[in-house]
Amino acid sequence: MHARADTAAEQAASWPDEIFAVLERFDVRQVPYVPDAGHSQLIERVLASGTMRGIPLTTEEEGVALLVGAFAGGQRGVLLMQSSGVGNCINMLSLTQVFRFPFLTLVTMRGEWGEFNPWQVPMGATTQAAFELCGIRVLRASHAQEVRDVVEAAAAQAYNALTPTAVLLSQRLIGAKVFVK
Amino acid sequence: MSKANLLDRREVVATLLAHRKDAVAIGGLGASTNDMAAAGDHARNFYLWGGMGGAAMIGLGLALAQPKLPVVVITGDGEMLMGMGSLATIGLQKPANLSIIVLDNECYGETGGQTSHTSATTNLVGIAKACGFADARDVSTLAEVEAFANAVQDLSAGPRFANVKIDAASLERILPTRDGMYILTRLRGSLGLNPM
Repeated sequence: MHARADTAAEQAASWPDEIFAVLERFDVRQVPYVPDAGHSQLIERVLASGTMRGIPLTTEEEGVALLVGAFAGGQRGVLLMQSSGVGNCINMLSLTQVFRFPFLTLVTMRGEWGEFNPWQVPMGATTQAAFELCGIRVLRASHAQEVRDVVEAAAAQAYNALTPTAVLLSQRLIGAKVFVK
Repeated sequence: MSKANLLDRREVVATLLAHRKDAVAIGGLGASTNDMAAAGDHARNFYLWGGMGGAAMIGLGLALAQPKLPVVVITGDGEMLMGMGSLATIGLQKPANLSIIVLDNECYGETGGQTSHTSATTNLVGIAKACGFADARDVSTLAEVEAFANAVQDLSAGPRFANVKIDAASLERILPTRDGMYILTRLRGSLGLNPM
């Protein structure tokens, strides 16, 4: 988790609302998350929603297990996290292969595109490969105009084709955090 | 490793599931899932063979999706310790139909009996209480197990947590199916949910 940006550009971004609309259309009901500045607008929409339940986690792997239970009980879910949380999920991601359940996660990226914090780089640089080693398909959105289509395609293949899928929301899209000159 | 006056794990689980009615039962990785199989296979038994630390969270997802059904997680002290943060997550969501019961033998029985944190310093009931579980109890008699089994059916007062000190003896392995897609599809079928 890192400090939330308050720039006018971020507050005006429409892609988080477009993600929310896609999730609504796919009847997503459980939204486990570990907070991230890049997801803050979407999390606010989820917490204000009458149909989705936002579920704060203490660590990201809890969300993988939660989504197994949600699907077993007939509900769809999506896990929101940032790239450093992906490493926390590795063993629990085995559930996606054992159960072949509709796993979808939206990951805000750190450690790329103008990163100033070296501590974010190792996990950010290995996020995509880590997912792929675990059998998760990876799609990426780098520009605001493509977010809706990419998330829609990911949701379709996760929920309709039972293909575990991660969408990486690039740091280029979200904007790099810069606390130093 | 046997100690006097500790409950037999198979008897605890059999007692817990004897009058389960519609309840879904999730067995945590290790001997707990074997204990559920020993008590009799059931379409609403959800056996875990991996994903250590995830049993309580699977229970939460199910409990939120099926608020009219009792959901009971049966797991061991080692598995619960690995998912300790999930008690904070569950305490915040307060699913009234979710119950967690830990079969606490104070050791990692599957891997050679190495002692766990509960053998010395960690109090799981205290942790559950501190995470917001209004009903968190230590259980040491079969009568208390029966009382907890009845409480599981009450869908208005959860989440609840019980820690049962059990005998650490290793028992004959009674293995349930290891096919995840089978148990998932079977459970969903019993809830009236179709395969894809």
